[in-house]
Amino acid sequence: MTDQPILTLSGISKSFPGVRALHNVSLELYAGQVTALIGENGAGKSTLVKTLTGIYQPDAGEITVNGQKVTLPTAHSASAAGITAIHQETVLFDELTVAENIYLGHAPRTALGLIDWRKMRSEARLTLDAMAAGIDPDIKLKELGIAKKHLVAVARALSIDASVVIMDEPTAALSQKEIEELYVLIDLLKQDGKAILFISHKFDEIYRIADRFTVFRDGEQVGKGMIADTSQNAIVQMMVGRPVEGIFPARKAAIGKVVLEAKGLSHPTEFDDVSFSVRKGEILGFYGLVGAGRSEVMQAVFGLTRPSAGTLALDGATITPRSPADAVEAGIVYVPEERGKQGVITGEPIFKNVSLPSLGKTSRSGFLRLAEEFALARTYTERLDLRASSLSQNVSTLSGGNQQKVVIAKWLATLPKVIILDEPTKGIDIGSKAAVHDFMAELVAQGLSVIMVSSELPEVLGMSDRIVVMREGRMVATLDNEGLKPETLVRLAAGIIEEQAA
Amino acid sequence: MTDTSLHRSLPDRLDNPLRSALLSWESLLVLVAVVIFIVNSFASPYFLNAWSLSDLTFNFTEKALIALAMALLIIAGEIDLSVAAIIALASTLMGLALQYGADTPVLVAIGVGTGIACGAVNGFLVTGLKLPSIVVTIGTMSLFRGISFIILGDQSFKGYPKSFSWFGQGYVWGVISFELVLFVLCAVIYFVLLHRTNFGRRVFAIGNNAVAAQFSGVRVDRIKFVLFCLTGLMSGVAAVLLTARLGSTRPSIAEGWELEAITMVVLGGVSIVGGAGSILGVVLAAIIMGLVTFGLGLLNVPGIVMSIFIGGLLIVVIALPILFRMWRQRT
Repeated sequence: MTDQPILTLSGISKSFPGVRALHNVSLELYAGQVTALIGENGAGKSTLVKTLTGIYQPDAGEITVNGQKVTLPTAHSASAAGITAIHQETVLFDELTVAENIYLGHAPRTALGLIDWRKMRSEARLTLDAMAAGIDPDIKLKELGIAKKHLVAVARALSIDASVVIMDEPTAALSQKEIEELYVLIDLLKQDGKAILFISHKFDEIYRIADRFTVFRDGEQVGKGMIADTSQNAIVQMMVGRPVEGIFPARKAAIGKVVLEAKGLSHPTEFDDVSFSVRKGEILGFYGLVGAGRSEVMQAVFGLTRPSAGTLALDGATITPRSPADAVEAGIVYVPEERGKQGVITGEPIFKNVSLPSLGKTSRSGFLRLAEEFALARTYTERLDLRASSLSQNVSTLSGGNQQKVVIAKWLATLPKVIILDEPTKGIDIGSKAAVHDFMAELVAQGLSVIMVSSELPEVLGMSDRIVVMREGRMVATLDNEGLKPETLVRLAAGIIEEQAA
Repeated sequence: MTDTSLHRSLPDRLDNPLRSALLSWESLLVLVAVVIFIVNSFASPYFLNAWSLSDLTFNFTEKALIALAMALLIIAGEIDLSVAAIIALASTLMGLALQYGADTPVLVAIGVGTGIACGAVNGFLVTGLKLPSIVVTIGTMSLFRGISFIILGDQSFKGYPKSFSWFGQGYVWGVISFELVLFVLCAVIYFVLLHRTNFGRRVFAIGNNAVAAQFSGVRVDRIKFVLFCLTGLMSGVAAVLLTARLGSTRPSIAEGWELEAITMVVLGGVSIVGGAGSILGVVLAAIIMGLVTFGLGLLNVPGIVMSIFIGGLLIVVIALPILFRMWRQRT
């Protein structure tokens, strides 16, 4: 083991229109050591992985491998430089055999330049046996479970002879037993002298497997060190360490009676026994890690999926929305996270997007009345200060923030009782963010009930009256947002047991 | 930041409606139709004659009736390849009923009813079982025509009553046939349905983005089901007209019509991936197809050459809108 890092990033910056994803970050990875990359959602971890695997090109900065400066213009050049990644969702090929997956792109050749199948199979078998994987290299990948697929990905990393292995939330889809098996493999990779970048939200895993850590916040590197010398509290502090007040609209909550109440909502795979209520004039925040089941709960409330158990009541009357159309009729609307796919109808103009759920109101006995549609669209888009050249402008030509305003305008025009916002400010610029926040405050002031799903701590803490925390499909806590510390939320969401010493 | 205290009012639209109408696909179709009309009248001395032109309409009315409903289905992002097979089954069942002494109203009811039922089967398979419509309707295409073959074998049904034949051979006024009147009426109804009602607006929304439409409270499956039933209905109507016109039913009746109906829809400017199109375009395309096949017929061009021509037309037509859009984007 040397003290020289195998891979060094210095001064890496990367911006997207309206978003600064990475700003002057640095990172070192050492041979035979696991470095954990820690940060909130949106801290820039994924961007960094994509920069390292040749998918994104950094705007500035330097990457050195074994002391040599490299550029990674393509995914292929990244693997040539000895960098390989094992993703959350493994990017392997279901219809190919295990051996083919392991050697895709670098298969052994015969003297004639053809693929040496015999050698490929035997070497694949050797690698898999060395890992004690118990996988037949000749079967198709699709016959393997997710955990075994990870093993194949690891075998691929070994066969490439990569010096740097990136593991992006490798445990997200694994059971506890499979996770233990993965730890064994990671140890194997360490003994082999690989440098491992381990990305995880789960502190128990990080403390179990990592040697070093690096913390990102808002696209900047805010701390690094040895895991053994650092307490969990200190790391949480680095993750959230910024003032959260000040940028959110101040408002006095005039909270009324319960409007929507969910009791024991369950789904066979996504969530279990979720109960919450939201009152008139209240913003209820839903916080949790990505994959905690928050969106799935909201989609059940909106009638997109059918819960297997549990009840919903609106204004005291039980409702069972079987489709979004039912939910909208009842007065529940949903602003989805996937704005481009689920929110706006790209290819159609602004006014048609806004009037779509309200056609019953703007039409006369089923026949369209364009003047009414334009009037409706104008009323609600102007309330949101939409920036567009005309109401007939195609929504696909609008910025993300303005598209979001179109979605919200569409729902306000239906005069809903409950508006569910799923990651309402994800991927939109600061200015539009503030507009959406101001508008949420205005909505509750007018007596609407708002449910806001957000993975952004400042947003949850800055906007919510009460906060529901979810983890792995279950509710962990419902908290009044008074004097709440960001650390508390992070601990609950990540499943860290309160440290007595803290 | 721009000044937000100033009241900004968004205009309804900025482009000039007249200019966009002149640059539209429909204007191009009108031009093409006029050119083919002129060429035809020079190519054959028999063309410019009231009865010739009346005969010409029979070349497209039945297929165009199906194309009207098919246009809505394709705009919604689905397709029905079983329409010609529905005609075969509907015609066969009418012929079967005839053997048991059914009279004209019963025959019509059976023809139209079979169409709706077949459409409902397609609609259920697509919306209820979430199967892709192209696969479903390739399957039902074989299924429906297969049933017709089992019932008929190499036989044919003949001897339809005179009152029934009127639907395919009768004239309402002078040279104006019942088929033409029915087509014009249906074209107006479908125009209003697609372009002037909430239903039509939702059809476009589904075709542009079915997921976002569903997330916007549109009952996507219900609308798609209705569209399959409408296509079945129009196929049933076409079966009545065609059977009445031919006076007989064979299992090979209307073979290949699904492609001609789809060609009309695509030539009419309906996007094959859904979300865009107009009834006016489909009507113009139907007229063009009628003009072309009739003109070739007058020139004694054999049927096999005509099908080569139709095949070529289909490819050109699918390529042309793409080139047209590329050209428009540049201007």
